Amino acid sequence: MRELAAQRTHDDTDAQLRAILRDVLGLKPRQVEAFTRATELFGALPELDSMAVAGLLTEIEDRLDIVIEDDEVDGEMLATYGSLLAFTEAKRAR
Amino acid sequence: MKAIAWPCPAPGGTGEEFAVVAGPEDARSRVLIAPALFEEANKTRRLLAQVMRDLSTRGIASVLPDLPGCGESPAPLERQDLASWRKAMAAAARHFATTHVLSMRGGVAVAPRTGSGWRFEPIAARSQLRTLLRTRILAARDNGGNDSPARLLDEGRHHGLELAGYRLGPAMVIALEAADLSRTSKRPTVTVAELGGVPLWRNPEPDEDPALTGALAARIGRDIAS
Repeated sequence: MRELAAQRTHDDTDAQLRAILRDVLGLKPRQVEAFTRATELFGALPELDSMAVAGLLTEIEDRLDIVIEDDEVDGEMLATYGSLLAFTEAKRAR
Repeated sequence: MKAIAWPCPAPGGTGEEFAVVAGPEDARSRVLIAPALFEEANKTRRLLAQVMRDLSTRGIASVLPDLPGCGESPAPLERQDLASWRKAMAAAARHFATTHVLSMRGGVAVAPRTGSGWRFEPIAARSQLRTLLRTRILAARDNGGNDSPARLLDEGRHHGLELAGYRLGPAMVIALEAADLSRTSKRPTVTVAELGGVPLWRNPEPDEDPALTGALAARIGRDIAS
């Protein structure tokens, strides 16, 4: 049961995070759907400049009801879709 | 559509502010637009201009006033706070005899409370302040700086703060920090998700979205007609 609930949270976070990236960065739905854990974000997506990072983080906070401290934000967290998803899931699990 | 000067109170101002007006002068329905705040105002300006044009083809007049200290305003931004912006918006509602209010994003914090209308993608001013602080901190960090939101806010409450090129006075920082979404919460919320489109204000290089502007104007027209 617990595993099932955890899987559900994972799917939900995954879907919401994709929707946020699509909305915040104005990406095409098809592009966001094709993201894998290895897809590079910061430094690879031209849409994701440092202004956009701030907006992205605030939107993640508001939609997923979590608080992200600024000292938690670094290149590693935003490096790939997988690292951002793992960070967000860990925050929601708390 | 044209820009006109109108008599508006504002701390440090000349007694006159500017507004863009559109639509028939004798229109029965007149929409006051409370613009988005700070950099989001620039990103949504074109969207609003197109909505205003679309509304005028439906026989609906609209007015988009500058917030004192922003746009063409002669008043210094540093002297403004949410109270002076609310006064300006209330004065605009009276001067232009508007019947409805459309607030854009953070504009919900300054929209007059009376009258029916819509809240387009409302965001609490305190959330917007958080994004502005974060932008400044992340940008400074790229250059080796190390600052915290708490320290910046503390400085801002006492001495004001420059965020994303906007020089905010202490009263503005304090007011933004306290502003949630409870104001004008009776007005229905309109979202991009229900209209179809992307949130232009988040995009570093906002594109035009005729489908979104058309859908927003259509929704307003439909509500007014019913």
